[in-house]
Amino acid sequence: MMDALGEPQSVLVLGGSSEIALATVLALPRGRLRRVVLAGRPSPARDAAVATLTGAGVSGVEVVDFEAADTATHAQVIDGVFDAGDVDVVLLAFGVLGDQAEAEADPDTAVQIATVNYTGAVSVGLRVASRLRRQGHGTLVVLSSVAGDRARRSNFVYGSTKAGLDAFSQGLGDALHGTGARVLIVRPGFVRTRMTTGLEEAPMTIDPQDVAKIIVTALRKGKETVYAPGPLRFVMAGLKSVPRPLFRKLPI
Amino acid sequence: MTVIDATGADSPLSLREGEQTLTGWGRTAPSAGIVRRVRTVDDIRAAISDAGPRGILARGLGRSYGDAAQSGGASILDLSAMNRIELDPATGTAHVGAGASLDSVMRALVPHGWFVPVTPGTRMVTVGGAIAADVHGKNHHRDGTFGSHVETMTLVDGRGEVHVIDRESSPEAFWATVGGMGLTGIVTQATFDLIPITSSRISVDTERTSSLDDVMDRMITGDDAYRYSVAWVDSVHPSGRGVLTRGDHASADQLAGKAAQAPLEFEPKVLATAPPIPTNGLVNPLTMRAFNEAWFRKAPKQRTGELQTIAEFFHPLDIVQDWNRVYGPSGFLQYQFAVPDSAGELVGRALTALRGVGALSALTVLKRFGAANPGPLSFPQPGWTLAVDVPAGVDGLGVVLDQLDDEVLAAGGRLYLAKDSRMSPAMMAATYPRLSEWQRHRDALDPQGVFTSDLARRLSL
Repeated sequence: MMDALGEPQSVLVLGGSSEIALATVLALPRGRLRRVVLAGRPSPARDAAVATLTGAGVSGVEVVDFEAADTATHAQVIDGVFDAGDVDVVLLAFGVLGDQAEAEADPDTAVQIATVNYTGAVSVGLRVASRLRRQGHGTLVVLSSVAGDRARRSNFVYGSTKAGLDAFSQGLGDALHGTGARVLIVRPGFVRTRMTTGLEEAPMTIDPQDVAKIIVTALRKGKETVYAPGPLRFVMAGLKSVPRPLFRKLPI
Repeated sequence: MTVIDATGADSPLSLREGEQTLTGWGRTAPSAGIVRRVRTVDDIRAAISDAGPRGILARGLGRSYGDAAQSGGASILDLSAMNRIELDPATGTAHVGAGASLDSVMRALVPHGWFVPVTPGTRMVTVGGAIAADVHGKNHHRDGTFGSHVETMTLVDGRGEVHVIDRESSPEAFWATVGGMGLTGIVTQATFDLIPITSSRISVDTERTSSLDDVMDRMITGDDAYRYSVAWVDSVHPSGRGVLTRGDHASADQLAGKAAQAPLEFEPKVLATAPPIPTNGLVNPLTMRAFNEAWFRKAPKQRTGELQTIAEFFHPLDIVQDWNRVYGPSGFLQYQFAVPDSAGELVGRALTALRGVGALSALTVLKRFGAANPGPLSFPQPGWTLAVDVPAGVDGLGVVLDQLDDEVLAAGGRLYLAKDSRMSPAMMAATYPRLSEWQRHRDALDPQGVFTSDLARRLSL
């Protein structure tokens, strides 16, 4: 149960080796935390995540195998986690950036990106929502992206999956209104992670720890949508109103 | 038996049926349950047999501060229609439906010359809630808790079986239910002792006190002379100055003028309703400073024998309906601990620590507790109890309260479950050493774990 000061007792991370999710778990108040489930593909990255959390003194770290693209297995994974106890915070943190040029050249690659980022998230998101609704409390934190705010020539395959995920999450949040369960949509800009290694940094680039702090504050305040960093909200509002003939010429 | 009030009707305080997002009085950590109104024992048995995997919980008037009267995904039973009030003047007892509020009990019985054995700082609690939290009042040092005055109660257990329990024939079930936070079953009615009165006024002695030491000395030496005693402490002023008020029921012949014409009149009014406040701005160090100063100044330096109404003396906050809204959307919490006399200095340290993070309280209440009762989860124990209201949004509050928890634990004290909204399961188990005994008795009444609450889940009860 979340307590009066917003301290959770249990967290489920979907995308168990996500750096933003890991930073978020570490940034959460930990005085009452007793169960952290890292759901992800068995990998050295997932093992490292367990080691990082355990090393930081987080107790009750568990792992469960989870493959975002394998939607047929989602029900079993989610029911298994929730049957063992209530979950206060679920971080939906998996996703792939992919390579736009490769995706354009090989549509199968694009389908794979869409399957993980959108189809997989819809599948697991609905199952999580159903369990949160049944337990009458809990927050699903969805890692969306500013890339979904407006499709860009340079990464519209990834952007469109995040646009779909974002729209899905908004509707899901409205569907859950009044049920005790909530959805928090997080729209980070450029974050320095494995996913973006080698890419040229955009203005307002931040670290996973910065996103984590924003998520923790938003959880405590019961926010529905946050940008990371916060002022990106205004940048994106401006970009969204740029006419297309001009927008497609922008170097972004 | 005289039937005083047998409306059996839904009260204006009934919960709306269906799915509801519920919180405690502190308006923190909401969860949604499905509210179901029950009117008879058979309705309750039906609700128990229909119970889903998330279980069942009874909710009264929602005055516990934390998550005791909510249970995510569960059936939430509203017993407000089970509110029959009967009086047996020959034995001085009342036989009351668990959904009746102490407010309605007082309105029914005070005009007949009877008062409830114990009243907390609000009349807006149900009889069922008063038993579940084993509430205490200003007379704890003399009269104990509400549960100590219950003679029998009817309990529907987790199998739907109905028991009439009392402390002689079924002490385990009785004392597991008194203070059991509603987790042993659904209490449907209770018979409890009453205090005979000849007037509805309290004769009150008020004294301003200059420091914590001063007020604590006066309480240690003088409380025995009074049935009711409580001190308000200025949480802002470093001295811990305050106002000590003590009194007893006035007899009819002490009344004069208009009051003497109707010595048992009891018609408390709600004078205002607090509006919903969209920001956390109303309760801040500035307003708290002003409030504490004004509260201290308005008390006379010394006055004896002042006649106050029941509502003025016991329930000053009930005058403003929904006063919990002034804390804004982040809500607030009440930290209440009990420690033995040997750890009396913890009272001052707690106030200093909270001042240190700017967690200033308007309603800081200090009281001496008398003997504990046999309930394994009953909160009061001999010594001091301090209750402090603080906004939940104060930065650093969690750390300070965790440190105070450690001190309370080390001193052999504990926190009050009806107020708690944030202690750890380890603190709970360490400060209620008879928890496992209580769990055994609870399991005997509810082997399938039908009764549960957010509090029970949070603290692994």
